Amino acid sequence: MKNPAPAGPSPSSEYGARARAWGWRRALAPTGNRGDAVFRALLFLAALTILLIVAAMIAATASASVPSMRVFGFGFLTGREWNPVQGRFGALPFIYGTVMSSVIALVISVPLSLGVAVFLVEQAPRRLARPVTFLVELLAAIPSVVYGLWGIFVLAPFLRDYLKPPLQKFLGWLPLFQGPVETGMGLLTAGVILAIMITPIISAVVRDVLAAVPDAQREAALALGATKWETTRVVLANGGPGIAGAIILGLGRAIGETMAVTMLIGNRAEISASLFEPSYTIASVLANEFAEASDELFLSALVQLGLILFLVTFIINGAARLLVWSVTRGTSGTARA
Amino acid sequence: MNFNSNLLGRASALFCAASLALAGCSVRPVGKGGGSGPTSPGGPVRLQGAGATFPRPLYEKWTSEYGKLNPNARIDYQSTGSGAGVNQIIAGTVDFGASDDPVSDDDLKKVQGSELVHIPTVLGAVVVTYNLAGNPELKFSPDVVADIFLGKIDRWDDARIRADNPGVSLPAAAITVVARADGSGTSAVFTDFLSKVSPEWQQKVGKGKSPNWPTGQRAKGNEGVVASIKQNPNTLGYTELIYAEQQKLPAASIRNAAGAFVKPSLDSISAAAAASLAQTPDDMRVSITNAAGADAYPVASYTYILVYKEQPDAAKGKLLVDFLWWALHDGAPFARALSYAPLPAEVRARAEAKLNSITSGGRPLRGA
Repeated sequence: MKNPAPAGPSPSSEYGARARAWGWRRALAPTGNRGDAVFRALLFLAALTILLIVAAMIAATASASVPSMRVFGFGFLTGREWNPVQGRFGALPFIYGTVMSSVIALVISVPLSLGVAVFLVEQAPRRLARPVTFLVELLAAIPSVVYGLWGIFVLAPFLRDYLKPPLQKFLGWLPLFQGPVETGMGLLTAGVILAIMITPIISAVVRDVLAAVPDAQREAALALGATKWETTRVVLANGGPGIAGAIILGLGRAIGETMAVTMLIGNRAEISASLFEPSYTIASVLANEFAEASDELFLSALVQLGLILFLVTFIINGAARLLVWSVTRGTSGTARA
Repeated sequence: MNFNSNLLGRASALFCAASLALAGCSVRPVGKGGGSGPTSPGGPVRLQGAGATFPRPLYEKWTSEYGKLNPNARIDYQSTGSGAGVNQIIAGTVDFGASDDPVSDDDLKKVQGSELVHIPTVLGAVVVTYNLAGNPELKFSPDVVADIFLGKIDRWDDARIRADNPGVSLPAAAITVVARADGSGTSAVFTDFLSKVSPEWQQKVGKGKSPNWPTGQRAKGNEGVVASIKQNPNTLGYTELIYAEQQKLPAASIRNAAGAFVKPSLDSISAAAAASLAQTPDDMRVSITNAAGADAYPVASYTYILVYKEQPDAAKGKLLVDFLWWALHDGAPFARALSYAPLPAEVRARAEAKLNSITSGGRPLRGA
């Protein structure tokens, strides 16, 4: 037998005596079984490894950004000029481009995704729902570069020929729609391609959220004489936080999207009110200029941009998961967050 | 639990673990001081190179043809851009680098260890290409080109463009300029030319691999620029001659220092090199833009392969110098076929001398 247990509350049962004697095993697993204890320790180490990797990434990017932070301070976030040759760097054009392209993507994608999700959950017969769900989720599997190529050869000419001229003709009094229409590249095109890319994500999560709303709510609404649309409104209200979480998840993807955006956005680091002008996102500038950056300040400024993107994506995704979890917990099956 | 399924489960787990362990053993660790690690005796010798996108079609052809002649050799070239190529050879993560632009003095200071040798391989041209209805042949004066890229000339039917192109009908549309988003030797050569012909350009933007283009959109890589131009009408940009030819885009004639409008071609590129021979220094770092000859195309440049004078691994060093020697001599016909101008005889002689000077362990590798 092992060493006698140290002083403490002493259960009188034989089980208590054995449990105290098993020391470390008891600490790790309630049953005290050695296999269980080892298993649990291994799982804990695996989870810890992931956390350590994320912490290491934040630490590495933060330390590499220090030279740039020392030179520019908070002015980096408001600086408008990006000039590697003369060593002047400012993040504002990229923050603007990232935010604007994501906002355009959300404006186009959210009604579309909500429509798809509501259709699939509330309206569609089961035989139709499954293949349509499958097709929508297939969109999420297409690589970003392929979206970019399709954008260059199909979407950009289409927008240039059929969408931009009418927009400028009828809404050209808005500064949003003034600007060059001869070219397909620009903020609007990037926003549209992002919308296509985030629709499957938002619609998949909203679908799960709506499916998690208890049927009792629908039955109650119908029993009170609500129409199908009014019932759907009740269901949507119920899944509110979850839908918000889905939208934020889509936003998180749109902010980080690189290849498709860099092929379509025109890559000019300038802020302009027009959606037709070219722009630049953080992810695009990192993809384009990181390999070539040789001087220390340039590299450090790029890493600082990456740090900003990393932290923003981290926070957005964290908030999204919390929101989605708050709605779908307690329902059968694991939440598809 | 059934005894049989337990045994099966344990056996399959053991099998998976064993195969993973075996797979792990066969992965060779990548050493420092060479892209592909130390050469295992008797195995294929591997070389890793990275750099300019401009000569990529040619280097890929050379490495595959040389691989057919010498099956023991594996040479890989990645076209990541001149700047990345220079960074990587200085850091020692590749065996040879490639750059259109000679390595600057500042970068040469970062080189540790032995000297970095520039070996010119072929000549190329940066052409001004465009997408206009009717595909007319256009001529540009150098100051017009500079002003287009400065944003001062922004319409196709501007008086100065029409003055250079009498009789050509130009549309009354805005010019959409397409430049490079990534750092590029092509950009360096083009801005070198613009700095020589336009004092305003020299002062406002200057020469560099990632200049701050005052106007226009930017695309990634020569391939991206050409795709942007091909897809959108009334666009204008710059790219290497071979990319424009492959995509069937027109290349404009530009007026050279002698006053003649010269179309980019293998002969006019070679004429530019020939006219600049007198100014070519011993380390071969020279700019041949705006060359003086009557037939010279003004935006031509050498492209270089960068190697260390003292090679740490004798087997890889031997393969490297043998490959480069083959490329300079037997590889020349492939160059012409792909629209790259081979080196003038005198420059080739100098490149040969450089190859002969490459050593490993103090002993020259050629003739060993």
